[in-house]
Amino acid sequence: MADTSFDILIIGGGPGGYVAAIRAAQLGFKTCVVEKQHLGGICLNWGCIPTKALLRSAEIYHYMKHADAYGLSAKDVSFDIEKVIGRSRGVSKQLNGGVGHLLKKNKVTVVDGTAKLKGGGKVGVTGTDGKPLADMSAKHIIVATGARPRALPGLEPDGKLVWTYFEALKPDIFPKKLLVIGSGAIGIEFASFYQTLGADVTVVEVMSQIMPVEDAEISGIARKQMEKSGLKIMTEAKVTKLAKGANDVTCTVETKDGKTQEIKVDRVISAVGVQGNIEDIGLENTKVKTDRGCIVIDGYGRTDEPGVYAIGDVAGPPMLAHKAEHEGVICVEKIKGLDGVHPMEKTQIPGCTYCHPQVASVGLTEAKAKEEGYKVKVGRFPFIGNGKAIALGEPDGMIKTVFDEKTGQLLGAHMVGAEVTELIQGFVIAMGLETTEEELMHTVFPHPTLSEMMHESVLDAYGRVIHM
Amino acid sequence: MPIKILMPALSPTMTEGNLAKWHKKEGDAVESGDVIAEIETDKATMEVEAVEEGTLGKIVVPEGTADVAVNAVIALLLEEGEDASALDGADTSGGTAPAPAAEEAKPEPAASPAPAAAPAPTAAPAPKAAGERIFASPLAKRIASQEGLDLAAISGSGPKGRVVKRDVDGAIAAGTGKAAPAGAPSASAPPAAAAPTVDDPVFQNMPEYEAVANSSMRKIIASRLTASARDIPHFNVSADIEIDKLLAARKDLNGRDGADYKISVNDFVIKAVAVALRRCPDVNVSYTDDAILKFKKADVSVAVAIEGGLITPIIKDAGSLGLAAISAKAKELAGKARDGKLAPEEFQGGTFTISNLGMFGVKSFNSIINPPQGGILSVGAGEQRPVVKDGALSVATVMSLTLAVDHRCIDGATAAGFMKELKAILEDPISLLL
Repeated sequence: MADTSFDILIIGGGPGGYVAAIRAAQLGFKTCVVEKQHLGGICLNWGCIPTKALLRSAEIYHYMKHADAYGLSAKDVSFDIEKVIGRSRGVSKQLNGGVGHLLKKNKVTVVDGTAKLKGGGKVGVTGTDGKPLADMSAKHIIVATGARPRALPGLEPDGKLVWTYFEALKPDIFPKKLLVIGSGAIGIEFASFYQTLGADVTVVEVMSQIMPVEDAEISGIARKQMEKSGLKIMTEAKVTKLAKGANDVTCTVETKDGKTQEIKVDRVISAVGVQGNIEDIGLENTKVKTDRGCIVIDGYGRTDEPGVYAIGDVAGPPMLAHKAEHEGVICVEKIKGLDGVHPMEKTQIPGCTYCHPQVASVGLTEAKAKEEGYKVKVGRFPFIGNGKAIALGEPDGMIKTVFDEKTGQLLGAHMVGAEVTELIQGFVIAMGLETTEEELMHTVFPHPTLSEMMHESVLDAYGRVIHM
Repeated sequence: MPIKILMPALSPTMTEGNLAKWHKKEGDAVESGDVIAEIETDKATMEVEAVEEGTLGKIVVPEGTADVAVNAVIALLLEEGEDASALDGADTSGGTAPAPAAEEAKPEPAASPAPAAAPAPTAAPAPKAAGERIFASPLAKRIASQEGLDLAAISGSGPKGRVVKRDVDGAIAAGTGKAAPAGAPSASAPPAAAAPTVDDPVFQNMPEYEAVANSSMRKIIASRLTASARDIPHFNVSADIEIDKLLAARKDLNGRDGADYKISVNDFVIKAVAVALRRCPDVNVSYTDDAILKFKKADVSVAVAIEGGLITPIIKDAGSLGLAAISAKAKELAGKARDGKLAPEEFQGGTFTISNLGMFGVKSFNSIINPPQGGILSVGAGEQRPVVKDGALSVATVMSLTLAVDHRCIDGATAAGFMKELKAILEDPISLLL
């Protein structure tokens, strides 16, 4: 290996790591990324991107099945799961190659291997063939090792009958009956995918609502629609036992009232969250502190060890690719000493879930805002009142806005329905620029678009809604 | 309770100043009216007079400190009967901490003046400087107005110094940023000019340089003239003036027995401008968003180059003064300006400016309007030039004048009318007797 000394060395080439690397290169740092498997990380290879490809197939399948509602006919609609998966893998592969090109273009050195902190700005690297490479050194080391599926005791994934997202993305069979443990973004997206393609899917959630981080009202609307389309949802319930057969699993589910029931399925997906990859990276050789499985950082990614930083999932929730990317940029810009670098405003990180119907949100839920002591004004606008939604044949859904009554600050926006994941950014910008209800009300929204509902929701919060 | 002595605001645009000198030591008795310190402001060096009496208990800001925020506590005065123990734990929070001298070439963000415990001495009540836009988010503006805070007194941490919610929240938490008490000038941050910073890579390939930190005057010149050039639609009108008659009159006047004056060409120009403004009142104006202000007197500012910059002392109501009086006043003010001794009222409030670079031999030039004024006259050198009269070539002493005006309040024909009037007066100075 030619060069072993860098200004900035990044461990992990996921969305946090590679974006940080490109920004570092832009700022003139001699930069290196050490990646043990895939550039683009989980997001691009086993997460955000391939699931979107699968869900797109499911969505088109759904439309074809309902073609007559649009005056069209499609006979003998069917799918080939191999091809659906193949497309999804192809999408990941294409983007994975793209990240490689981007890093090359920005003159970032990419080392294939596993890195371990040795203290004092030194990093040991083991090649993908298991052989040690020369030690590397860097003035600044950014840990961006990401996260992996969490396992609950007794419900551990086995890669055969009990899947994590890895297997769910590349299934050996198309399960006729499926049980999903956990209704966060990962669980509910897979449930939606398999259910749309015809599987009998049960989702078991320990909390009182699906997608527990979302606004309760929005979650309730999503649940109603999912149940209408045939998804079985059990909340305040937990899987207590998995009895594995040869090619099936009998799941014992305990409900709130203490009753238990057994559900026999072909496969189980465990989607009970993710945990930071803090092991085997040499943290013990540094002063880096960890808390609940994540590295403790300040607002600029700095750990307790000078010269060692952490970003993304390994640095704590929310474990989202866009949070990791932004954290990486802030970390690198702070190292450079740029003016005007501020810690990320965590209440302004949007979240998107691509189940059917889609759910998107930013900021505080209504309940959380009240809990924090705000007196709120809440606006709601249903899809049924929007011309574009009716034309699309998507009359179900709602856009909800939460304002601080005193200052007019937009505290949160919550959406459920078609294409809302593409709408939420409008409110994210509004929050970022610190608009009040007044600027939003004075903004012209194009007609006919779904975005008009954003306007109407704001108007509704102040008793000025037009189309309702 | 010791009395707080605050950094005074000596001009409406002053946000900070340098504490040049203490005239009293800790322990010295102070009587009302005593000069206790000297402050170097953006325009001049000023003496600070005590408004209360007592003993100077503690000097909070030492001599020679640069960029002390307006309304920062600079000293504590013990009242009669108080001893030094009263200083223990005395609150010296008045504004933000002074920055170390010459630390940075960039302007410091505006300080956060607290309500003054004692009235700021010699502070001239002045309206808020017009046209200085404060960049703030809508939410920051609303919270500031709900809390009675002055956004101008809160330094912004958002993009390009924009005031955002966290800044307002910070000011609320710190108890700073309160709107200035009525009658006191409001400190406002000069708008961020789009100038490169010292560490900008554009300077890397340029020759070696010495970085001369911007004085407060330089910062004010930069911010005010940037705002003027950016926000005021300027246009120019030029005229050539034959001044042979004027020169003859000047020679005559200056040559009289017992003349204790020496009238300059510029004195004539000042007088003529003031009279022309009186005759063309539509040029003696200021533009505001609500109304055009037509001034009832012509107070003529005269640009004077001084060490490190320039200043514009004012010949008040110059139209009512004789040439000898104008000459004497102009000399006195120019001298004070060069010594940094102008009082605020001597350089604040003119209605029109004259800038004369004729002594450097320049033929003509354009000036940038000195806001909130509506016009500025640039005066070139008087020189012998060939002129054509009645079809025949002859020689005359000619001086080129260039007027720049604010098109928002002065239109072309108005400006030209003023130049015609001015030309008529200067070419026939005896008409001033009429």
